[in-house]
Amino acid sequence: MTLQDIAVKVERADDYSVGNISALLAEIATLLEKFIATGQSAEIDLKSLPMGALEYEQLRLALGQGEVAANLEAIGPSEIIETKYPGVWWVTHYNVEGDIVADLIEIANCPAILTSQPQDMQAGLARLQAAIEK
Amino acid sequence: MNPQELLLWVRGTGLQLATAVCVLGMTYRLLHLALLGRKKNLAEARGSEWGPGLRTMWRRSFVLPELSARGKFTVVAGYTFHFGFFITLLFLSQHIAMLRAVLGFGWPALPHSAIEIAAILTLAAMIALLVHRYMDPVKRMLSGFEDYLTWLLTFLPLLSGFMLLHGIGPAYTQMLTLHLLSVELLLIAIPFTKLAHMLTTFSARWYNGAFAGYKGVKA
Amino acid sequence: MKDHDTLEHRLTQQGISRRSFLKFCTAMASLMALPPGTAPAIAAALAQAKRPSVIWLSFQECTGCTESLTRSHSPTLESLIFDMISLDYHHTLQAASGFAAEKSREDAMKDFYGKYLLLVDGSIPTKDNGIYSTIAGRTNLDLLQEAAKGAAAIVAVGSCAAFGGLPMAKPNPTGAAPVSDLIKDKPIINISGCPPIPSVITGVLAHYLTFGELPALDELGRPKAFYGETIHDRCYRRPFYDQGKFAKTFDDEGARNGWCLYELGCKGPTTHNACATTKWNGGAGFPIEAGHGCLGCSEPNFWDAGSFYTPLAAPTSNIGAIAGAAALAGAAAAVALSAADRAKKKSLQQTHEKLTVKDISN
Repeated sequence: MTLQDIAVKVERADDYSVGNISALLAEIATLLEKFIATGQSAEIDLKSLPMGALEYEQLRLALGQGEVAANLEAIGPSEIIETKYPGVWWVTHYNVEGDIVADLIEIANCPAILTSQPQDMQAGLARLQAAIEK
Repeated sequence: MNPQELLLWVRGTGLQLATAVCVLGMTYRLLHLALLGRKKNLAEARGSEWGPGLRTMWRRSFVLPELSARGKFTVVAGYTFHFGFFITLLFLSQHIAMLRAVLGFGWPALPHSAIEIAAILTLAAMIALLVHRYMDPVKRMLSGFEDYLTWLLTFLPLLSGFMLLHGIGPAYTQMLTLHLLSVELLLIAIPFTKLAHMLTTFSARWYNGAFAGYKGVKA
Repeated sequence: MKDHDTLEHRLTQQGISRRSFLKFCTAMASLMALPPGTAPAIAAALAQAKRPSVIWLSFQECTGCTESLTRSHSPTLESLIFDMISLDYHHTLQAASGFAAEKSREDAMKDFYGKYLLLVDGSIPTKDNGIYSTIAGRTNLDLLQEAAKGAAAIVAVGSCAAFGGLPMAKPNPTGAAPVSDLIKDKPIINISGCPPIPSVITGVLAHYLTFGELPALDELGRPKAFYGETIHDRCYRRPFYDQGKFAKTFDDEGARNGWCLYELGCKGPTTHNACATTKWNGGAGFPIEAGHGCLGCSEPNFWDAGSFYTPLAAPTSNIGAIAGAAALAGAAAAVALSAADRAKKKSLQQTHEKLTVKDISN
């Protein structure tokens, strides 16, 4: 028997489906509808959902990439992408070693983590004033 | 005893006990019936009693045209639940996996959707039969505690199995335990109740047919 | 080592921004399997969190639980959490050894009496006065009972400490027992698994730190957030189970298509753990994703629960042999009683009496 005798099946994300992703997309649609109507933002923790590697890829393909992509550098990088559906954001937090520590779909005008924090602004102001006084 | 230990007991010792009671009881009943023997007939009959015997076994399997609508209902619902019961029992993939482990061989399963239809029809037919048994004055008068008990013992494995497959009710561990327990109760009850008909019904029909179709004197 | 100041103060000192802290709290919410919207609440609670003292005792174990924890793949999280606890005794991880090590344990027990968290991995031998496992000449049982006295709560890490695990498997030569069998007067939290998922260990610690109390537990003492659902409930192959599509062998078409492993002995339906979503090795996957069924390692008695490769539906003992023996016994009884009936019939015939149904055995 040679290596060629072993049947290998190459799986492609676009022709594989067990139904988990369509259920998730339906939930996102419902949340987006609710957000448009009431302004109530929502988050989905992708790490809490059952997903194979292929399905994860499938979700990426399904949501695509929209107009905004932002990067954070806060105890490790974070990737914030607006999907091709405005108001649906994909937020991925990494640690310094590059492992995903949180993976979220956020339905909002802008993910909360992107906005400046009052405490940080205070500290920043103090630093700025100190710089001016110098 | 935690849920895992309980499940382990039902899958092991409990099942062994139930099987032992069922097999021992049924072997005894059948063999004892056969060994009772029939009185030796010293006269020669015209023709064989096998013909009428076998014919009755076959003919009793049909709805007789002269039956009333209510009678027809009993037969049709009865058939639905018997067939549905055996389809779910013998063609659900989980059951085949179980039987393969016991018998050493298996067979192809039916798709879950087919089993689903069979199970729902069976449950519905059983409920309809129970209602009918209670509503119909004649049936009601003829029914005793045992009739309702055997109904319940047959219904529970179906219901618990359906719930298990659909994730209804308690967690899988507990539900599987309940399902197996209900099956074990059914197994234990078989030799002691009318449920023994599952093995005696055809020999009884044969005997009826043979008796009725006998031509000649008996001496 | 024993500066029990608040986390907020420590983080500000380290120059960590509020945004970073919020990100950390989002990761914590995900780690603790809490809804993502709870991050601000966690932030508020954590800001005031104190550093508790932790004593870790290892008994009859393989160090797999510690290995799991130290190989945990969210280092910043873990390092932050470890920053948040004061691990005062762990005989594998600590630098001190011998008398110095034992002294640090005794000091911590004295200084933080009633307040420290006791972590235990491994089961405790109880047979022959517990002589099968000793540390510094003292039995595990003795050490556990002493340390449990002053503990605020006990965390049983791994299936051995939680349920007895491998040492307790039949025939249990050392009389091994889980912590919960020996200590009755302290809150005990079981983090089962062989080993437990590293982030589940840290998640439980984080919960204790964040909220100052133990999380909600199931009937086996396991945190519901991680053990509330079965592997089967959260399995990405679940749709195949529902459709009745099962792999029959490990290399058939079904296996290649990623169908359900139920018939190959997967214990996912009866196993409560977070593997299917939290996953292992930094989220790389979990056993079912690698094509092997779940062994059920986070459930009690999993070593004695029949073959790993027998489907859950199948009996765990020999049914065929029992059925055969029962059939023989039934046949023998029938033959014996029929013979008795015939004898009765014969004797009645001689006296010209009739045998009635009542006379024969039933």
